[in-house]
Order: sequence, then C-alpha cells, then structure tokens
Amino acid sequence: MKPSEFQYHAPTTVDEAAQLLGTLEDARVLAGGQSLMPMMNFRYLMTSHLIDLNGVEALTRIEERDGRLHIGAMTRQRDIELSPLVMKRAPLIREAYQLVSHKQIRNRGTLGGSLCQLDPSSEQPCFTAALDGVLTIARYEDGAVVTRELTMSDWALMYMTPALEEGDLLAGISLDIWPEGHGYAFEEFARRHGDYAIVGVAALCTVDAQKRLDRVSLTICGVAPGPVRMHEVETALRGRPMDEDALNLAGDAARALDVMTDAHVSTDYRQHLAGVLTERALKSAFSRVATATYS
Amino acid sequence: METRTVRVVVNGTAYEHEVEPRRMLGDFLRHDLNLTGTHYGCEHGVCGACTVLIEGRTARACLTLAAQVNGRSLTTVEGLAHADGTLNVLQQAFTETHALQCGFCTPGMLMTLTELLNETDSPTEAEIREAITGNLCRCTGYQPIVAAALLAAQRIRDQRAAAPAAQATE
Repeated sequence: MKPSEFQYHAPTTVDEAAQLLGTLEDARVLAGGQSLMPMMNFRYLMTSHLIDLNGVEALTRIEERDGRLHIGAMTRQRDIELSPLVMKRAPLIREAYQLVSHKQIRNRGTLGGSLCQLDPSSEQPCFTAALDGVLTIARYEDGAVVTRELTMSDWALMYMTPALEEGDLLAGISLDIWPEGHGYAFEEFARRHGDYAIVGVAALCTVDAQKRLDRVSLTICGVAPGPVRMHEVETALRGRPMDEDALNLAGDAARALDVMTDAHVSTDYRQHLAGVLTERALKSAFSRVATATYS
Repeated sequence: METRTVRVVVNGTAYEHEVEPRRMLGDFLRHDLNLTGTHYGCEHGVCGACTVLIEGRTARACLTLAAQVNGRSLTTVEGLAHADGTLNVLQQAFTETHALQCGFCTPGMLMTLTELLNETDSPTEAEIREAITGNLCRCTGYQPIVAAALLAAQRIRDQRAAAPAAQATE
C-alpha cells in the first residue's frame, strides 16, 4: 500500500508551519503519523501537501510555568509518559499512558496528534479534560502568526471533529497542576491490551482535614464524541465522606448519561461500564491520597 | 516528480538516496537499500513485523516516511548479529528456545525486545508480554518468544556479573 502523491514540507519553526498551513491549498499536518499514515496508506485520505511538524523543535517541550504544566503539541507520548515532571505534577497521565496502545506507537505518537484525531475512546483527550486542559491554537493571518486559546470543554464539535478551523494549528496544551499527594486513577475497559477503551474514566481528588472529599474531577471517555466532565457530580461530592453513598452518587450519574451506541457496543453496556468504572476510579483515586496532605 | 534526499545511517553504514516523498521507510529499506530483513505485514501499523529502531527507539517502518529519517541513525534486524556473523545474545536465545516457526514476525519481535533489553536487563515475564503486545505472531508461538527474552536477559545479567571490571572501564 502506498499513499497517493503529495508534496512534502518540513518546516522547522511554528511560524513557518502556520504559514504553510495558512497558504497552501489542500494541505494536511503530519504529527506522529500513527493514525494519519494508515489512512494515507489505505488512501482513505489523500492530500496535495503534507506539512511534517516533526522538525519543529519548539513544539516539543514539557515544562512547568505559571502554576501549570505546559506540553508542546508534538511531544511524543512516550516522552510524556517517562517525564519525571509529569510523574510529579500529573501522575494521572503516566497511569493513562500505560493503557495507550503499544510502546512502538507511543514512541512516535504525540499528544497534540491524539487530541486532533479525537477518537471518542482515546485516553488522551480524557486526561486533558480531567486536568482542565487549555489548548493554544496558532494560525497565519495577514502576514503574521496569531494565537488563541481554547478550553478542552470547547474542543469536541462532533464525532472525531475538533474545533479547528482551516489553517489552525494546535501548538500546545497546558494542564492544571493538582496539589502534591492528590489522589488519581485512570480506569478503563478495553477488549485487548492496548486497544482503545470502550469506556474509560479519569478521577482526581483531594480531601479535607476530616478526610472528606474536597476537590474532585471525574471525566468519562467512550460515551460521547468528546470526554465528558461530570461537573455536577464533582460539586455534589465536595464535603462528603468517601462512602457507599458517595460511590452510588457518582456511579448513578455515570449510568444515567446519554451515551452513544454503535454496532458493537450497546447503550446499556456503555452505561453499565460508565457506572462501574466511575465508582472504581473514584475509589482508587481516594485510596491514593497521600496522608501528608490531610493536615 | 519532486524528490527528497535522504541521508541516513543504518546499522552503522551511511546511505544517501533520492526518494519520492511518499516512499515509506519500510519500502525504502527493502527496495532502495536492499535490507530485506525488515518485513512488511499489514502496512498499517497493526502487526509490528516492520518494527525498526530510530535513534534506539522502536517505530513502525510502515508508518514512517523515508524522508522523516533524514539525518537519523537506524538499527534494523541486520544490525543485531556480531560483525563476524555470529548471533547476538537475543538471537541466540531465539534459536535455542525455538522462538520462531515461520519467522515472519521475528525481525519485529527482535527489534521490540532489543529496545526492552536496552532499557532493563531484568524484565519480568509480564513486562516482556506487554512489550510484545504490539507484535503479532500468526503461528501464535508467543510462549517460546517470552522464554527467549527471559533467557537472553539472564545471560546479559550473567555477563555483566562476570565482567564488572570490564564494564566499569567501558
């Protein structure tokens, strides 16, 4: 299988990349290529111009700045997974990446590429939403590159369609940093190791001095085009002890979600999984809260 | 037709070649460089037969453009054996445990396990199994492949234990 012919562009700066994307007709951006290249091999997708971002150094970084974790869109999934800074500031991400495909794929795949691909079952949009991700979009306008920011909650427009307009380039992602010792868990059910999940749940929590739930973040993937943040449940759980009632409250809300269906997985089954995995993730996150953070 | 110049080091040898932008790395290795040890199975990133190391890290040669390895250093299955043709420790373990039947998946398995053994000389069986989840063996001979990896790891540890002085001076 061979892709159809295209012109290849290898920019080395964001400006150059955005300018190419903003001026070329029928152009596509190549990130890690772990989804785009198969589609091109099959000729599901043909393009006149391929803009390869792999040489844009400025898009690969992991750093802490202004109280948030900043990850360049072209940072390899494996680099994020192994980053000591990510492990320290957002251990949820390391846990989620253990469930993402295979090492060979994570070695090449990028966080930005995955967010743009926006598979409904992908773990990466899910943890990005759980950590209140903010996306930086660059575009070439009137001879200059301008950037704007989008929150993860505004990212998914519909099935596999992010809120990118023609000429838009996802440049970076910033994530909330939770206090040290917070609880975290990523739970999912997939048919085989490394497959996309049928349903996955990211949970984060802190507790107060009485060991009651304080701040909670619950996000479910595989039920809608984009990850679903359970804001109402998060608020309702605040100040509650971590008991059966709390678990039921979260599980019941997940089971009541209006979920998508397809030929392989029914609505009922997805709702069942959403409930079970939400309870499991919340329980696991709570069990990992470091005691040092109580006082 | 537009072409790109690819300058690449494969198994220590420098190559320079003109390629079409759509030339995939696997075809480049097999057809342009005549390195046919890298196998092509599914050609869409599922089977892992085409796994090679780019700067020491595994990657699917069927999902990488030849143009993307310009300036890089690669290792393919041809680069594993010693210069005199004798098998390296992992390959030797494969032959001893009968870790290949038809042999089609073997190059990918070897490259994947090479990366793992470079990261750790004491992988658990579970880690080995997880490492090769990205490689399909249609003969379904996974058991001896896992055994080969465990045996190779054991021998690497034994060698290191036997020659700590030599290692320290390296």
